[in-house]
Amino acid sequence: MLVINCPWCGPRDMEEFTYVGDGTLKRPEIGSEETDQKAWYEYTYIRDNPRGPHLEVWHHAAGCRQHVRVKRDTLTHEIHGCWPASGEMADTTEGETK
Amino acid sequence: MSGPSKRLTEGGLIDRSKSLGFTFDGKRYSGFEGDTLASALLANGEVLMARSFKYHRPRGVMSAGPEEPNALIKLRTGARQEPNTRATMIELYDGLVAESQNRKPSLRWDYQAMNQLIGRFIPAGFYYKTFMGPFANTKLWMQFEKLIRKSAGMGEASWEADPDLYTHRSAHCEVLVIGGGPAGLAAARAAAEGGGRVILVEETPHLGGRLRKDSEVIDGLSGSDWAAAMETDLAGRDNVRILKRTTAFGYYDQNMVGCCERVADHLVEPAAHQPRQRMWNIRAGRVIIAAGAVEQPLVFGDNDRPNIMLAGAVRAYVNEYGVLPGERAIVFANNDDGYRTALDLAKAGGNVKAVVDPRDEGAGELADAVRALDIPVLNGHAISRARGGATGIQAAEIVPVSGSGMQHMDCDLIAMSGGWQPTVHLSSQTGSKPVWDDSLKCFVPGAPRQKEVSAGAAAGTLSLADCLSAGRKAGAEAAGVSAPSWSAPKPESAGLKSNPTAALWEAPGTKGKRFVDHQDDVTTSDVKLAHREGFISVEHLKRYTTLGMGTDQGKTSNLNGLAIMASLTGKTIPETGTTTFRPPYTPVSIGLLGGPEVGKHFAPLRRTAMDSWHDEQGCEWIDAGLWRRPRYYPKAGEGIFEAYVRETKETRGGVGVCDVTTLGKIDIQGPDAADFLNRVYTNGWKALAVGKARYGLMCREDGIVFDDGTTSRLAEDHFVMTTTTANAVKVMAWLEYYLQFVWPDLKVQVTSVTDQWAAVAVAGPKSRALLEKVVDIDLSNDAFPFMACGDVSAAGVKGRLFRISFSGEMAFELNVPADYGRHVWEAVMKAGEELGAVAYGTEALGNMRIEKGHVAGPELDGRTTADDLNLGKMMSTKKDFIGKRLAYREDLVGDHRHKFVGLMPVDGKSKLIQGAQITENANDPLPVKMIGNVTSTGYNSETEMPIALGLVEGGLAREGDIVHMQYPLRNVTVPVKVCHPIFIDREGARHHG
Repeated sequence: MLVINCPWCGPRDMEEFTYVGDGTLKRPEIGSEETDQKAWYEYTYIRDNPRGPHLEVWHHAAGCRQHVRVKRDTLTHEIHGCWPASGEMADTTEGETK
Repeated sequence: MSGPSKRLTEGGLIDRSKSLGFTFDGKRYSGFEGDTLASALLANGEVLMARSFKYHRPRGVMSAGPEEPNALIKLRTGARQEPNTRATMIELYDGLVAESQNRKPSLRWDYQAMNQLIGRFIPAGFYYKTFMGPFANTKLWMQFEKLIRKSAGMGEASWEADPDLYTHRSAHCEVLVIGGGPAGLAAARAAAEGGGRVILVEETPHLGGRLRKDSEVIDGLSGSDWAAAMETDLAGRDNVRILKRTTAFGYYDQNMVGCCERVADHLVEPAAHQPRQRMWNIRAGRVIIAAGAVEQPLVFGDNDRPNIMLAGAVRAYVNEYGVLPGERAIVFANNDDGYRTALDLAKAGGNVKAVVDPRDEGAGELADAVRALDIPVLNGHAISRARGGATGIQAAEIVPVSGSGMQHMDCDLIAMSGGWQPTVHLSSQTGSKPVWDDSLKCFVPGAPRQKEVSAGAAAGTLSLADCLSAGRKAGAEAAGVSAPSWSAPKPESAGLKSNPTAALWEAPGTKGKRFVDHQDDVTTSDVKLAHREGFISVEHLKRYTTLGMGTDQGKTSNLNGLAIMASLTGKTIPETGTTTFRPPYTPVSIGLLGGPEVGKHFAPLRRTAMDSWHDEQGCEWIDAGLWRRPRYYPKAGEGIFEAYVRETKETRGGVGVCDVTTLGKIDIQGPDAADFLNRVYTNGWKALAVGKARYGLMCREDGIVFDDGTTSRLAEDHFVMTTTTANAVKVMAWLEYYLQFVWPDLKVQVTSVTDQWAAVAVAGPKSRALLEKVVDIDLSNDAFPFMACGDVSAAGVKGRLFRISFSGEMAFELNVPADYGRHVWEAVMKAGEELGAVAYGTEALGNMRIEKGHVAGPELDGRTTADDLNLGKMMSTKKDFIGKRLAYREDLVGDHRHKFVGLMPVDGKSKLIQGAQITENANDPLPVKMIGNVTSTGYNSETEMPIALGLVEGGLAREGDIVHMQYPLRNVTVPVKVCHPIFIDREGARHHG
């Protein structure tokens, strides 16, 4: 029953969103022929399971259809911030639900 | 078996002018407005209300509140029948029908009560032991299990659908106060001064809490009158909302509290359009938990007999309901509060035989008040056993806590109090661990994890004066009011000197069954057995003995159970710990959680623009996700098989028309659109000319095929993609993910246009002849060849035409704006009349793709690679794309892969079964190696024999080999021949036509 403060729409109930995955993932560059299998294996399969704040991607599927990055505490479910899918992340006040 | 009336001639908060008739087990009774079912039954002299879960012991009511473990009743009849309702929480109404449960043939005579005699053979964990014992996996065990299953459980729910309405509502407030007792009222009153929105929820129909049940005087008013005056004040404020008959049952993240408002549970049936219950999702800035405390029973021999009640419940029956539950009462309490019961009983005309107090020093000032009424007080004593049966009790055996000697004392009521356990459930649900308070001998709420605070008895504050001031303080703080103008009044009971509560987890003595958990029939010997067998952690204790696992979730048993375990292990209570409380606080109906989303409102039904036409033809429907699609259009006497084979033949022989609106359609625009398609599809897109369509294949990052479809280039920077019906939503989100998160630098916009376009497939050798009559462009092979696309005007409507084929015939797909879908469809059907055009459904559509060997959902099963599907050529070597890097991992290539093939029964007629396994030989000894499976089955309309598609080890290299289809569930083995998956027109002459 979280409220996610979508940077495009404002605070919305989590029911409008779909959880997508790890927001720290960086896909190997397209067209980089030399990339070894290990990097792809890790990108595709290996995920950290942190206890505490975690950067996640959520999809505002029943809203603006934008993917957003959400910093959520996996232990307390507290949400520390929410940013557009790409670009700089201006840090917000720790501990406050933004 | 009712005794004489126990209704007092005066007093109580019931309305004696309003008599209400009801039945219990078919017998007629009457009560008054303001009664609960429990108080009305007691008033009528009925003490026996239920049979216990395991031993079928006779039970009466133990409490007067939501914690009731015994008096579980089947309420109402027919479709509205509800099992396991608590008699203490059922408001009496005229015409109420209730029945006891878990008894045969009657409550008074229950044959399963003989379980008591075999009690020592069915101790805690007997079920598990039987599983493990010598009878395990035997026929005897199977019979035994049937018996257990039959006797398990309590009431029975209705088999009919619930006819009532349930609704959901959201609310927001600055301060939410849970509980309308003295602390809650004070909190709401103080918080209201802040001006922010205040919501006060109260579980019962009245505000006041214990003020209605105890003899308190505030500002010269009785407790209930004072509460009523507070309610008038609060209700007159614009910023305060009072929700009565509303239970806050769950505390969720970010201060969201789920509440159940029982709108019409106190009526015979809800008025038209009135919901039975309403769920409130309240998001609060601050929450004040003023949910009170639950009095704990004492553990002694046969402490479950009817008319052994909690002391506070006895006061509730006397003071709120005007019922004197017993003429000759004994009060048994390890704390001062229990003495109030002796005073109230005496005031109501009852004979209190004694107060039995295990504390050597006894009580404080209240003891003096009791003695002043000539009621004997036995300090340092305890009741070791109650004597009685189904109709109540006759006597108590009283022993000194230390030392020997026993006295019998006649009585018909025992009022017991083991102290008050704060209602820590809601705060515990937030993840805050309750903390043991050794001076209060109870758990108090731990440090808040959310923006909440407990106040009053819920925080362990027991005196009324302290509850009022604690409520005021909590309310003011939550609302940011530094000094509320309202000050908490001083009740007459303020300043009463009392002695601390003493622990008495189990009374001395060994005789009789000593119940710890009344609802689950868990006794002290079960706890001791669990200890002997090593189940000493509270979580093990709970699961092994079922302690606290009933519908009451151990509100009157957890504390005693874990305290007894603590004394057995020699640990302290905090070392022993407590189990975690989870929502809901009290049982919540599934109807409430479902709300209005039932029946056809459970999920929206997506209809295509031509839906009404199909319906008029009397088609058979099939669900495709949320869509419904025509499955086939039966003619008189036709079954599914005859219908789809006819539709197939008429299409292949002439022309067929199919509604393909449900395919996903995604509009893709932007200067980087072709580059983007190059990345998401395995094949190349940059060279695709404007006005051309191409079949595309998508993989996931792990190299497994994800989806397929055709995408057409409408302009240099404009494409329209089609996806399978099943994956339309997934593909759209997937494209958005890559564009927004992975490659935000690409200048591409994607928009789902599935709903905006109606799509009509026209297939068959006469499809061109048909469409020439509908559209305004030249459809000759030169002007509009296979895989061409372009704008057209169709029956006066601007649309798009694609020359693509799923059936393998010459075929077109016409897209028009959805609003014109039916108009254009009808124009197509009309133009087709003289050509013998047939409408075909998904069965024929699927059959034709099987005949043509196209892969679809059953083949794209999340395990197949492009190579497995004979589509390896579509994996471009000239460019990078999603899935390229992992598609050729060691295990995804090689001879062991199951690859796409066609299958035919060797005898030319045996039915093939979707999902069946393929083995090499017919009768190899077990275990047999599975070399493949059947993915899709159909019927070759030209050779007139069953066919199938499948995945078989070795793939087409095994063409011509005989293997075996196995379906062990139905004991079917069919020799099948591996063949090419394209059963008709392998050269593709027809669709190029």
